[in-house]
Amino acid sequence: MRAGIGRRSLQYLFAYLFVLVALYPIVLMVSSSVKTNAEIFTSPLALPKTFSLDTYRKLWEVVPFADFLMNSVVVSVTSVLLITVTSAMAAFYLARFSYRWTGLLYFFFLLGLMIPIKLGIVPLFLLMKKLGLLNSLWSLILIYTASGIPISVFILTGFFRTLPVELEEAARIDGCNHFQVFWRVLLPLIRPALGTVVIINFIHAWNDFFFPLIFIQDEALKTIPVGMMVLFGEYETDWSLLFAGLTLSALPMIAVFLIASRQFMEGLTAGAVK
Amino acid sequence: MGVPEREHVQPKRKSKARWLLHLFPLPAFILYTLFVVYPILSAFTYSMYEWKGIARGAFVGLQNFLTLFQVEPFNKLFWNAFGHNVIYFLVEMVVQNGIAFILAFLIYRKIRGAGFLKIAYFMPRLLSVIVVGFLWKLILNPNYGALNTFLAKLGLEEWAKPWLGDPDTALLAIILVNCWFGIGFAVLIFLAGLQSIPEELIEAARLDGAKGITMLGRIILPLMMPSITIMTIFTFIQAFEAFELVYAMQGSMGEPFHSTDTLAVYFYRLAFSGSGGAGDVSIGLGSALAVVLFFIVASVSAFSLRVMRKREIQH
Repeated sequence: MRAGIGRRSLQYLFAYLFVLVALYPIVLMVSSSVKTNAEIFTSPLALPKTFSLDTYRKLWEVVPFADFLMNSVVVSVTSVLLITVTSAMAAFYLARFSYRWTGLLYFFFLLGLMIPIKLGIVPLFLLMKKLGLLNSLWSLILIYTASGIPISVFILTGFFRTLPVELEEAARIDGCNHFQVFWRVLLPLIRPALGTVVIINFIHAWNDFFFPLIFIQDEALKTIPVGMMVLFGEYETDWSLLFAGLTLSALPMIAVFLIASRQFMEGLTAGAVK
Repeated sequence: MGVPEREHVQPKRKSKARWLLHLFPLPAFILYTLFVVYPILSAFTYSMYEWKGIARGAFVGLQNFLTLFQVEPFNKLFWNAFGHNVIYFLVEMVVQNGIAFILAFLIYRKIRGAGFLKIAYFMPRLLSVIVVGFLWKLILNPNYGALNTFLAKLGLEEWAKPWLGDPDTALLAIILVNCWFGIGFAVLIFLAGLQSIPEELIEAARLDGAKGITMLGRIILPLMMPSITIMTIFTFIQAFEAFELVYAMQGSMGEPFHSTDTLAVYFYRLAFSGSGGAGDVSIGLGSALAVVLFFIVASVSAFSLRVMRKREIQH
């Protein structure tokens, strides 16, 4: 009995120790952002003695953070929208009709799950150059859309297949054409899978730093992650400012996560577990 | 009157609709082909040409591959980076996935606050890798960083180190930061695997007297093999594509002295920054390296998927 309690408390200790490991650096980031530099350097671990948002005001002045934020929003929202619409249309076709080529087409899309797209960055760079899209948010929107399609088609096709065919047949008898069946009948029914697709792709587009690093030179067109590189390059010693930048970069995603944590965790593991 | 009219109209509408139907997969097909498939295929052809800057020269066959593997410093840099990728994979398997498995198991065995634990472990995964890298760079700073201050508070000053400046610890530090980032995701994958085991099987094994290690090794682990395999593949791919964290924390040279260099960072250097060892940007060598990396990642993940399929059929 006593051994059982001992083991149980050891388990709790281990589990909650890792809560500390996971969260402490994030807490440190947020709390350091409201400290002064002197306070960070003399007592980095302590909670802030004073609370001041001056650093954030400064951050807003020294880097075009509002631009970064706007660019991130435009790129993420547009690419997620494009992925969702195009993938849902493709998945509807693949799940609901069987022509000779449907199987092959599905396989072609699935190949994308195994392609590490970053390895195609040189041809991609030259392609964007040829299309005149370098240094344009469209280069990011297009690459996030294209690289998000395979996983999205995979998830949505799987979900479409679970829906009973009778629903569509009923809708067709009522005079709906394919587009109306898709838009009015099926799309509302696959909302949970659409949620998964939105979350996976939103996190990817919001956090990615590789493609803007290579496609975007103009400072006013940078997204938040590459914007952080500007900040760290120019204000290396102003730690309070750096922590504020990191906090501001992380905050939007953490806020959305806390509102819909279950959907996030289910969404991100959905592709893997199925 | 109404009936023949309808028959006349309907086939016409139907044939038009059937033609339109094939437009459904078209936007996804075009975008995916143009921006994913075409660039990857191009990387294969690029690797067989000579390049001057971004201008393509003569066809040279496998010359770029030979240079990559036989000419100094390219071959040394390749094997140096390759070794780091292997270490990356192994440490993540042991530390990240090992700890994640224990944590998932604790949650599975009904620990209090399971919902909160999952959210807490997962939180780092939401940050951009560049934010993770920069944040830890500040924490690991030798003079003012939180980690060394913390060690000093514990009376362990002699443990304090310039973690990222010392070639002996830099790579390990980066990998452990990566573990911090990825552990929550691994917990969720393993937890899903554990929860997919039918309750009756566990119960039956318990009635047969299986306990502790036997239960874990003989019953639970084999039954959650699919989730272990998928996590192994993820870890492998991630380890062999490791770029962002190294770039954020140690720059494109894999400082100090290439001690944190990985194949993807080396590839980036060859293709973009012109400091791969030749002095010039070398799209040919960079593409050759991309092709090699592509085969490493694709073959291992294809192989593991096959193994997993076989196991799945068995039970």
